Amino acid sequence: MKIRIKFAKSGAIRFVGHLDVMRYFQKAIRRAGIDVAYSGGFSPHQIMSFAAPLGVGLTSHGEYMDIEVVSAASASELKDSLNNAMVPGMEIVSVTKLPDDAMNAMASVAAAKYTVRFREGYEPDFDWETQTAAFYARPSIPVTKKTKKSEVEMDIKPSIYALESVKDENGQGVIRMMVDASSSGNIKPGLVIEAFLAENGSTLSDFALEITREDTFTNAGTEDEPVFISLDAVGNEF
Amino acid sequence: MSKLALRDEILLQVEKPARYIGNEVNAVVKDKDTVSVRMAMCFPDIYEIGMSHLGIQILYDMLNSFEDVWCERVYSPWVDLDKIMREEHIPLFALESQEPVKDMDFLGITIQYEMCYTNILQILDLSQIPLLAKDRTLDHPIVIGGGPCTYNPEPIAEFFDMFYIGEGETMYRELIDLYKDSGKKGESRIEFLRRAAKLSGIYVPMFYAVDYKEDGTIFGMKPTEEGIPETVKKEIEMTVSDTYYPMKPVVPFIKATQDRVVLEIQRGCIRGCRFCQAGQLYRPVRERDVEVLKGYAVEMLKNTGHEEISLSSLSSSDYSKLPELIDFLIDECGENYINISLPSLRIDAFSLDVMSKVQDIRKSSLTFAPEAGSQRLRDVINKGLTEEVILKGAAMAFEGGWTRVKLYFMLGLPTETPEDIKGIADLSNKIAAIFFETVPKEERKNGKVQIVSSTSFFIPKPFTPFQWAKMCTKEEFIEKAYLTRSAIKEQLNQKSIKYNWHEADVSVMEGVFARGDRKIAAVIRRAYEKGCLFDSWSEHFHNDVWLETFEECGISVDFYTTRERSLDEVFPWDFIDCGVTKNFLKKEWDKAMEEIVSPNCRIQCLGCGAAVFGGGVCYEDKN
Repeated sequence: MKIRIKFAKSGAIRFVGHLDVMRYFQKAIRRAGIDVAYSGGFSPHQIMSFAAPLGVGLTSHGEYMDIEVVSAASASELKDSLNNAMVPGMEIVSVTKLPDDAMNAMASVAAAKYTVRFREGYEPDFDWETQTAAFYARPSIPVTKKTKKSEVEMDIKPSIYALESVKDENGQGVIRMMVDASSSGNIKPGLVIEAFLAENGSTLSDFALEITREDTFTNAGTEDEPVFISLDAVGNEF
Repeated sequence: MSKLALRDEILLQVEKPARYIGNEVNAVVKDKDTVSVRMAMCFPDIYEIGMSHLGIQILYDMLNSFEDVWCERVYSPWVDLDKIMREEHIPLFALESQEPVKDMDFLGITIQYEMCYTNILQILDLSQIPLLAKDRTLDHPIVIGGGPCTYNPEPIAEFFDMFYIGEGETMYRELIDLYKDSGKKGESRIEFLRRAAKLSGIYVPMFYAVDYKEDGTIFGMKPTEEGIPETVKKEIEMTVSDTYYPMKPVVPFIKATQDRVVLEIQRGCIRGCRFCQAGQLYRPVRERDVEVLKGYAVEMLKNTGHEEISLSSLSSSDYSKLPELIDFLIDECGENYINISLPSLRIDAFSLDVMSKVQDIRKSSLTFAPEAGSQRLRDVINKGLTEEVILKGAAMAFEGGWTRVKLYFMLGLPTETPEDIKGIADLSNKIAAIFFETVPKEERKNGKVQIVSSTSFFIPKPFTPFQWAKMCTKEEFIEKAYLTRSAIKEQLNQKSIKYNWHEADVSVMEGVFARGDRKIAAVIRRAYEKGCLFDSWSEHFHNDVWLETFEECGISVDFYTTRERSLDEVFPWDFIDCGVTKNFLKKEWDKAMEEIVSPNCRIQCLGCGAAVFGGGVCYEDKN
């Protein structure tokens, strides 16, 4: 039985990298006594797949992983036993059962929604809250994307599905964006902000941004007319 | 959850920030207003190494089981964070509360190897605690040292308020009660230390004075006050099956060196290899009850979620209920996809059978530790392993499908000759030859056999029969390594043998610290001030700086390493009583020179002195 688990990551554990989060969950699944399925072969491992790696330092309300279980009583019981095995800052948000033909979490990812805050003392020196709309209205947003081997000129405008300045619940100005998060076209929110600041004659300094991934989405529509739904909307209660 | 001690900007620019954030599974967080004593337990190396140490986990568990105590952990910040903390004057903090170490009541530091001495100074320095015990006031924590290196605490004595000599399970409660009582009475720091010095196992260096002879050796060491004991007797836990053991060890986020459940099956070793310090310090052998261990294994696996369990002891094959314990673990772990790791097993039919059940033969290698290349020298060091046993074990292993063998040797052992060294090459070659004899060509799956022979340099350690031995110079060591290498090159099967050797520089320094006296402290402090840190990490070890500092301080390296010591010399560590007597060690040293082996504790008691503790192997079958 394929299970999709949605979890949130905040607090100190945001400094734990992706690979260590995977190890953390392997151990948590054991502590929780979940009847997880193992691969065959000489060194069997838990059948587990993560949606989209989250960078070190980022928090998230919408991370996903798929596991395969041999048996499970109910979604709520699975969720509770996993939550009992969590550390502060890690929370299981939802547990759903995937249809047998569902794509795995990683292959399903199409987009992600982020909230970006400027850390205290790192706010840009222009009126960024009013400039966001103008920036997003541009027909193209050329950036230089640095890879390990080379620098590539590219237009990221088609990869940005939404971008706006809003006030968060504390009345603080933040930037919200929905961007491509698929394995082939993933856009980091920092890259967008860097382009935005450059456009306004400013530069993005290291460590200026505090980024929260709000949720991760799959495309239930077509490539030309995408319909983004949360990754856990694919699964069902059980 | 508490606020982190380090700002995001700092955590994002250092390597592996998860080293510094605490909050791990099973980390103990208490309300600081409900405890009366706060303690930081430190392993002075990076988090991944420190978190792998069982001793601290035992102490952490025990101390936190005391309602009035909150014990937290602290490790060495890596060089990247070290630099930032110095620049910004950020005080070193404990992981759980993220609060400064300097505000704690106690700072405990475990000292597992000599090359961490500069890291101890880093911990004190970053904590903003004066490096010298004499400069500390009531506002500073009591700094306690523990662990194997404290059996010769003298080179680092002036940095510590006290040392706890021996096993931690027994005396901490009394020490803490004394501290609370002293606090209630409003006593001075020195008055507390004076009272602590009278507790069993506690050594307070400031109450002892050392007199030296003209030749630089020790004339005597005496308490400076009435009522301070002349000798400090090691503490030992005799009821090992009914004491503290961490059922909920902390599970690190990042991969620690020991990323597994560790089951300590016994303490001590019956073997009495003459170079081995642990084999003497932890006498007598005390086995844990097998039923207790089974319970621990199940409970610890459940509480950690680890996918591997490892047995820990100095010589697991000597544990009397080993087959029963392993059968249980195989049953229990097999169905839960848990790996079993079995270090320090002697290679024989039983261990090969067990290993074939728990390991992937294609990936694992066999380990032999003959320690010396010839039978003559193995008799000198009392390593009871014979060539016949090694070759027979290798043949059985090759038949079982193994193709990789690791061999460990030491160079520079007392009485060693070029012939003994050539024996290393010879033995390596014979093992390779056994493979070609045993395994027919068509069955050689990987084509050939891989033998990895490694040598380390022998360093005489306190409380061993070799504590009188002359250590080699760096040049002699290197010459011996070259001889080993060229002897291996001459072998028929040399293509199957890979040779590794340890660095000589750092071995010489370790030799100085191991048998050093109080005069060494000045060198350690000066070298630290000049930037020496993480000396056990070869890329951070600066031999030139160390040598220059010895010269600057007017201290001779050779005095501590290559000097011949007479049998009546007073050693810096003679004031410590570890159970094993100096007289016994002398007899063993004499027997070594005569190439006579000694039987192990189960075959015959040699009266080493450890029977004074009233239990363990000394009293087996005598009830």
